[in-house]
Amino acid sequence: MRRVLPHPLIALFLLGAWLLLVESVSPGAVLLGGVLAAGGSWALASLAPPRARLRRLALAPGLLCDVLVEVLRSNYAVARIILSSTKGGARRSGFVRIRLDMRAPYGLAALACILTTTPGTVWVDYDSAEGTMLLHVLDLVDEAEWVRIVKERWERRLMEIFE
Amino acid sequence: MTHAAELPAWAALSVAVLLLFGAGLALVGAVGLLRFGSFYERVHAPTLATTFGIGCVLVASMLFFSLVQSRFILHEVLIAVLVVITTPVTLMLLTRAALYRDRIEGREAVPPPPRSRR
Repeated sequence: MRRVLPHPLIALFLLGAWLLLVESVSPGAVLLGGVLAAGGSWALASLAPPRARLRRLALAPGLLCDVLVEVLRSNYAVARIILSSTKGGARRSGFVRIRLDMRAPYGLAALACILTTTPGTVWVDYDSAEGTMLLHVLDLVDEAEWVRIVKERWERRLMEIFE
Repeated sequence: MTHAAELPAWAALSVAVLLLFGAGLALVGAVGLLRFGSFYERVHAPTLATTFGIGCVLVASMLFFSLVQSRFILHEVLIAVLVVITTPVTLMLLTRAALYRDRIEGREAVPPPPRSRR
């Protein structure tokens, strides 16, 4: 299996993307898409990226839902900050350094994407030797609160999926 | 947009509201880009347009073309996935570049690099 199709999930995603693009599930489209997907997954295998271990993929949809809700909420929060702020004002933005327990590279990548996609927080830096990340928060009220949010809301669940 | 007139009122209304709301969010993001003071604050502003803003526009587009062509048009989902994957990478690269420069030039109050890299 691995020798025929080195990255089955990536291949499946590529096939799905191809079928969405051509908007058809005719045998021809599926055949061409399948060839392209297999080619893509071989090309990726030749780059030899570190292998992902997805332990509990079943948790991913719930996590995705929470990310969506969080994105909606922070959209509102950031829009309010932009529209109401009088030059500077009482709002304080700043950096928070957070010590992470997660070491799985794809889990860290997912965490970085979640935090940066959410308006109001940007993942800035990660130090693999110390295992700490640097987060920039637009409306920084309490640093300990952000450490708690990142660790409990996202990191713990990503660790369950990726480690 | 020759078929736009054939749409039922509820569909036309919801497409219009979604489009305007998405465009409005993009505008708010642009205003934020203008009003915020430092680079690190400005990075946060465009995320409004790249999350909920583009989401509204894409849903409006799916709704409109699905109704006009009376079949499901779903390739907007692909745009959403690619935008969600690629914009954080761009934002992170920009922020890291800014942080690197600020550390070297010693400007603004940026946190020092972790001990292992000093």
